[in-house]
Amino acid sequence: MAAMNVPGFQDQLWGNGPSPGAVYNFPGIQMVLKLLSKFHQQRELCKYPTTTGTSVLGIKFDGGVLMAADTLGSYGSLARFREVSRLTAVGNNTVVGGSGDYADFQYLKSVLEQKVIDDACLNDGHGYTPKSIYSWLTRVMYYRRTRFDPLWNQVVVGGVHNGESFLGCVDKIGIAFEAPTISTGFGAYLAQPILRDALEKNPSMPLDQARQVITRCLQVLFYRDARSLNKSKKHLHGVSRVISRVMKNVLVKWNRQVTQQTLETEDSVPAGQQC
Amino acid sequence: MFRNQYDNDVTVWSPQGRIHQIEYAMEAVKQRAASELSCASEKRSWPIDNHVAVSIAGLTADARLLSKFMRSECLDSKYAYDRRLPISRLVSAVGDKMQIPTQRYGRRPYGVGLLVAGYDDMGPHIYQTCPSANYFDCKAMAIGARSQSARTYLERHLEEFSDCEPEELIKHGLRALRETLPNEQELTTKNCSIGVVGKDQDLAIYSDEAVTPYLAGIDQTKRRRGEEPAADVAMEAESAAAAEGDAGEQTAWRRINGS
Amino acid sequence: MNSERPVQQYFSPYTFNGGTVLAVAGEDFSVIAADTRLSQGFAIHTRDSSKDVQTLCGKTNSTVLGCAGFHGDCLTLTKLITARLQMYEHEHGSKMSCPAIAQMLSTVLYYRRFFPYYTYNILAGLDNEGKGCVFSFDPVGSYERETYRAGGSASALLQPLLDNQIGFKNQQGATEVPLTKDKAVFLVKDVFTAAAERDIYTGDAVIISVITKDGVTEEAFPLRRD
Repeated sequence: MAAMNVPGFQDQLWGNGPSPGAVYNFPGIQMVLKLLSKFHQQRELCKYPTTTGTSVLGIKFDGGVLMAADTLGSYGSLARFREVSRLTAVGNNTVVGGSGDYADFQYLKSVLEQKVIDDACLNDGHGYTPKSIYSWLTRVMYYRRTRFDPLWNQVVVGGVHNGESFLGCVDKIGIAFEAPTISTGFGAYLAQPILRDALEKNPSMPLDQARQVITRCLQVLFYRDARSLNKSKKHLHGVSRVISRVMKNVLVKWNRQVTQQTLETEDSVPAGQQC
Repeated sequence: MFRNQYDNDVTVWSPQGRIHQIEYAMEAVKQRAASELSCASEKRSWPIDNHVAVSIAGLTADARLLSKFMRSECLDSKYAYDRRLPISRLVSAVGDKMQIPTQRYGRRPYGVGLLVAGYDDMGPHIYQTCPSANYFDCKAMAIGARSQSARTYLERHLEEFSDCEPEELIKHGLRALRETLPNEQELTTKNCSIGVVGKDQDLAIYSDEAVTPYLAGIDQTKRRRGEEPAADVAMEAESAAAAEGDAGEQTAWRRINGS
Repeated sequence: MNSERPVQQYFSPYTFNGGTVLAVAGEDFSVIAADTRLSQGFAIHTRDSSKDVQTLCGKTNSTVLGCAGFHGDCLTLTKLITARLQMYEHEHGSKMSCPAIAQMLSTVLYYRRFFPYYTYNILAGLDNEGKGCVFSFDPVGSYERETYRAGGSASALLQPLLDNQIGFKNQQGATEVPLTKDKAVFLVKDVFTAAAERDIYTGDAVIISVITKDGVTEEAFPLRRD
């Protein structure tokens, strides 16, 4: 076997031909194999999330969209970062929330921020709408999955444009859908039924009720989702713009049944906790 | 043959501060349209997307290249952003593209002027583009050979456009077009086409038999000035039609630059 | 150094989002139907994916494409097809015919032969003679023209039923009466109700498009939502 190391020595008598017991390799297949091995390498490199965020919740109410996410960045089972924002305003009528890898979300966030700036620089009265941001995200997420280099997120897009509210979701392989209630991560199992139930009973719920039901969902999630935190951020879309952000501690009382009454008191947060 | 020694290339300035190659290209828009009219029923306006159309004066081949570019820009916008490309951005992209051969050695400017008509979130728009890569945001516009008389008509009636019904606006367009025809010629189904686009109304281009009802609506014989000969036809109808989009928003002649 | 050693797979570019498509061709019409549930595993993402996700989307005046499988691919494919249709219309000045779209879809699918669109496509419309036509595709572009076909998650449940009811297979002494439009729509509602009983990836509602020379009419029919 030493001969194999001699420069220029061909150790294959018949290159590209069938090895014993194998079928003939067509020339084209070599390229495909090379491509595939490249994908394999990429996949080995970094294709799993590290610092992650858990659920993002969203619900349409009468006249807008309410979105919420807690502020924990988990490092595996370690509650690593306790004060991260997983909701970001894009322009003045859209909010994007991300669960999954927080670094990828930050990347998306920075790209979106730059896009909004570039867009504003044209100063022609046109701007991004929630729908166009959503559409762009579906393309980016799908493109990255096709490159085998996914952005490991499930992204929720909400907003109001021309009086019409929008709520949509895109995941890391490009599955995208619009729905009146959306919850990602563990919320898909724990919060989604609560949200859907509330909306079914009152299809055009007022803001107050939406806020209540979202708070309750966050509470339930904190009780049962080990990667969640009792601190959250909410984004509220009014008629045409992001009106306010509320940051608050979801009060947790293990020893008491959660009732409507407790929820209402929790909603009146001390002023210091608003931002 | 050459007018002077400074017109050999687009990168050469004349001592008077002019670039003759660009000016020749501008002439193509003004003059060539007339000669091309000889093939009478040639198509001069076509759709770019459901909300934009162009009409052309000048070299048809150049126009087709630009249209192809515009179509792909519109498709890209729809693919990536699920949104109709705003007219101003479309035209500015065309402007950028047309500027390049006005500044490069060995290139020639596009020999075509476009009238771009469309409707977007900001309302109805008409843009005029030139081989010099200038583009103008207009209320109403006519381009091509002998288009001056049409512009005169449009300018005279500009105030009326703002509260016109679509049908009335088309009539204005056709009348403006009629002004450009030589004496013995009339507007027929063979020499004009009408494009209409507006709020909640996708682009529709009427040509051949489809323009008959509109032609019936105008008086073919009455003409204010009968002297102006041959004209390029499709454009004016186009411009008027686009203005119809949401007539209520138009108040004043908004053309930025003359010529 | 051995690159062929198995690697742990963290990332899969595919998933299955359910959805059932069904199309029937008649003499001068065709019917195509798809359910509106979008699910993944045991979770239902949305019960109304018709208006935003185009399981079933109007393509031209006379052709409708039904698309089930991996939703990301469905979205991309339909977007691509929509763009290609517009390009065709601009270049040729007329809308693309159903058989032409079928051929194009086939090449579009085969273009990704080695990283396929994981989609089951069925195309319904009218052919150049005005007859109803249905084209069914596999994910890599094989296709054929048929009179009826079910695709997607409940296809194995529906196809034998259609064989029996429309193809008059396995019936003794049956008289083969030509299918009417009303019968076709009636049948579609019935088989989808049946499929929703047995297949968790089919349900919520079915949207039925009837294509005739006068255009496309759309009708939503509710299915069980559990």
